Amino acid sequence: MTGRIHSFESFGTVDGPGIRFVVFLQGCPLRCKYCHNPDTWGTGGKEYTVQEVANQALRYKNYFGDKGGVTVTGGEPLLQIDFVIELFKVLKAKGIHTCVDTSGFTFRADDENCVRKHKELLTVTDLFLLDIKHIRDDGHKELTGQSNRNTLAFAKFLSNNDKKTWIRYVLVPEITDNDELIGELKEFIDELKTVEKVEVLPYHTMGVAKYEQLGLEYPLKGVEPPKKERVLNAREILSKRSEE
Amino acid sequence: MAQFKGWEGFVPGKWSNDEVDVRDFIQRNYTPYEGDGKFLAPATEATKKLWEIVCDLSKKEREAGGVLDADTKIVSTLTSHGAGYLDKDLEKIVGVQTDVPFKRSLQPFGGLRISESALEIYGYEIDPSVNEIFTKYRKTHNEGVFDAYTPEMRAARSAHILTGLPDGYGRGRIVGDYRRVALYGVDYLIKKKEEDKLGLSGAMTPEKVRDREEISEQIKALKGLKAMAATYGCDISQPATTAQEAIQALYFGYLGAVKDQNGAAMSIGRNSTFLDIYIERDLKAGLITEEQAQEFIDHFIMKLRIVKFMRTKEYNELFSGDPTWVTEVIGGMGVDGRSLVTKTSFRVLHTLDNLGPAPEPNLTVLWSKRLPIAFKRYCAEISIRTSSIQYESDDLMRPEMGDDYCIACCVSCMKVGKDMQFFGARANLAKCLLYAINGGKDEQMKDKKTGKAMQVSPEFMPILGDGPLDFNEVMAKFKNMMKWLAELYVNTLNVIHYMHDKYCYEAIEMALHDTKVRRFFATGIAGLSCAADSLSAIKYAKVYPIRNEEGIVVDFRIEGEFPKYGNNDDRADELAVWLVKTFMNEIKTHYTYRESVPTMSILTITSNVVYGKKTGNTPDGRREGTPLAPGANPMHGRDCNGALASLESVAKLPYEYSRDGISNTFSIMPASLGKDD
Repeated sequence: MTGRIHSFESFGTVDGPGIRFVVFLQGCPLRCKYCHNPDTWGTGGKEYTVQEVANQALRYKNYFGDKGGVTVTGGEPLLQIDFVIELFKVLKAKGIHTCVDTSGFTFRADDENCVRKHKELLTVTDLFLLDIKHIRDDGHKELTGQSNRNTLAFAKFLSNNDKKTWIRYVLVPEITDNDELIGELKEFIDELKTVEKVEVLPYHTMGVAKYEQLGLEYPLKGVEPPKKERVLNAREILSKRSEE
Repeated sequence: MAQFKGWEGFVPGKWSNDEVDVRDFIQRNYTPYEGDGKFLAPATEATKKLWEIVCDLSKKEREAGGVLDADTKIVSTLTSHGAGYLDKDLEKIVGVQTDVPFKRSLQPFGGLRISESALEIYGYEIDPSVNEIFTKYRKTHNEGVFDAYTPEMRAARSAHILTGLPDGYGRGRIVGDYRRVALYGVDYLIKKKEEDKLGLSGAMTPEKVRDREEISEQIKALKGLKAMAATYGCDISQPATTAQEAIQALYFGYLGAVKDQNGAAMSIGRNSTFLDIYIERDLKAGLITEEQAQEFIDHFIMKLRIVKFMRTKEYNELFSGDPTWVTEVIGGMGVDGRSLVTKTSFRVLHTLDNLGPAPEPNLTVLWSKRLPIAFKRYCAEISIRTSSIQYESDDLMRPEMGDDYCIACCVSCMKVGKDMQFFGARANLAKCLLYAINGGKDEQMKDKKTGKAMQVSPEFMPILGDGPLDFNEVMAKFKNMMKWLAELYVNTLNVIHYMHDKYCYEAIEMALHDTKVRRFFATGIAGLSCAADSLSAIKYAKVYPIRNEEGIVVDFRIEGEFPKYGNNDDRADELAVWLVKTFMNEIKTHYTYRESVPTMSILTITSNVVYGKKTGNTPDGRREGTPLAPGANPMHGRDCNGALASLESVAKLPYEYSRDGISNTFSIMPASLGKDD
């Protein structure tokens, strides 16, 4: 089996615990306005077999230590869920910690085959990083071009199946940095049983150059990264849960 | 009763039994420290005031255009100048290079021209008497070298295929065991050297005559060192009796070296754990407090920060600044499994807090997995705050070097007082590849007579035709060209080191070595990644030569993709490994001066920029004049699989073929190392 790969990062330190080999898969159904990897949206990339990718990752096994491992991200890695499952089977056989960074968009709760596939994925995945871009459906559509229904359903699915999850939330001034919205997100997260961590990721402008290279208009022109106190504020709202 | 007052309370051993053996002294007497940095003391008022004086002088120096004052008349020797102070009443450790701090000394023994032009750039003129002495009566190292150079050596030097050669300045890289001055006192060291000299009798071969003369020079230098200390009111003839005396005596040893030599790198060795023994003894006896101990160390380090040499603009360009490479190594593990970290390892690093960050002295932690965790944490904290610590792998070097080695310059390891090295600059392999393609004609330099491309090597058959370069053909020619280059390089260095020994002998530094010393013959390469990528391009893509009207290949057209060094891709990386092994194997086949052991390094840290200027377009697509990568780094921007892939490529280079060190310049944004929480 082959997958379409955008690139590799041998020293990933921000996508999951420890030092991680990060596989960026090509293709994404969302068009998040703040996306810093627009070059992973379309088709393209380079074809690799499962074994080739696994071999690449295994070269760094010594660096993974107790916590690190392999993270697949993208793009939306679960557009190539079969590839991810096969890759993780190989990695799990070698004792590697596996992690998926996803928007959950590919999960359709009413599609039996789809649910079965995602269940299979759960058996070979140690940790999910689930990006909730916007807690309200209209806001989600405005920000990403798609509904958040699948994302929220996938969150519950992970919870119900007892799968360790980190929720990630990108804080963008005016769009997602709003106490009321963050409060709603918190309420949603509080219902989930397996959330180990909530990460607030401050919006940054490092993707701008890529838009220029691709000849695309940058949708968030003029939007500055959030102030530090706003980031702390969001983190505080979202972390109150632990005090209960 | 100890033999000397200074040895009271110390555990005796081989070191105190008629043998100079500082390592043995350390092993029997030091106290490993596993704790954290909470015991450390802040800067005293005196330290703060002194540091203000230094900052003020530094500011004035910058405003004056880089040099505050320079000696134009008195040639620097151990005893050439009287005592100089920042503030005599406040300084616990004294001594500067001339009679005034920040006044640069005149050191023409390496080469008069360099001294003259360095002065000229900063608006000074050398005193006519000095010029007269060093042109009429006293020969310099530089003059000696050019008397002996062959035309081919001169051509290779002008074309910069051999570059940075220490033929006009001090070669440096020799690290005296300055601890010996403190532990034994100068009189004892003189006595031992006199014994060594007596042992050199019988048939007076040229080698033996030279050795006897050198030991005599060493003894004179030791006497000079005593006289130098006396100008500061210090007697260093006997072993130091207190921590302050020990630091002072050790520093005088180093000060003697920098008064005597303007070397490209004047490193100081491995001193913190040695000094800790004296500090512990005084602390236990209640003679000093932690504040005082820290003050001694702060004042010592402050002195190392203001070591300055008079250097030319080209030199400063080559090294992107005015480095002195006062490298001091800290930590590491003992071969018996105990860590060599002591409280004074912390105290030395703590100067970065008390005095603020600084590039000099080049504090270098010898890193081992087994170092105490509290020390590792402390190093990490200081690194985060100051970015002023260099790290090197003790685990890599210890098996061969033991546990009392130091680092000269940035990566060259040597056993303190037992090894020395002949510094040898580097050969440019990227340019060598272009020579292979052009049959030894330089792609940039013209022959003055004919106006055509300069033939630097003997005439080899160049690559003919305009078709894509054939990998096997290029490799065969490249191998031949490397063979030529290695031989020329070694012979050029043989000339240089012969003359340096003759006209600019490092008497005080060698006095602080064993008489029977192991010598390394250090060579180096530049342009490794550029050459490797070029070979990869030729092998995996199609590279067409583009010729000028004279037929010289001056550019390349590349069709297709090729793997690049720095991505953990064996196809490219094995070409880099091949280059390192092949060139070192060639170096090894030649006679090296004074039975020295040939070594090689890959460590151009800043000079890669200048070397790149002298290298034409290369088959990897690099443009003429643009920088080569530093040291063993991948070419800029070509490593695109993240940090570990890049480091893994570098890690494939075989250390046993590059024993003098491999450097990889690596900067990283703190945020990319992970999140705070």
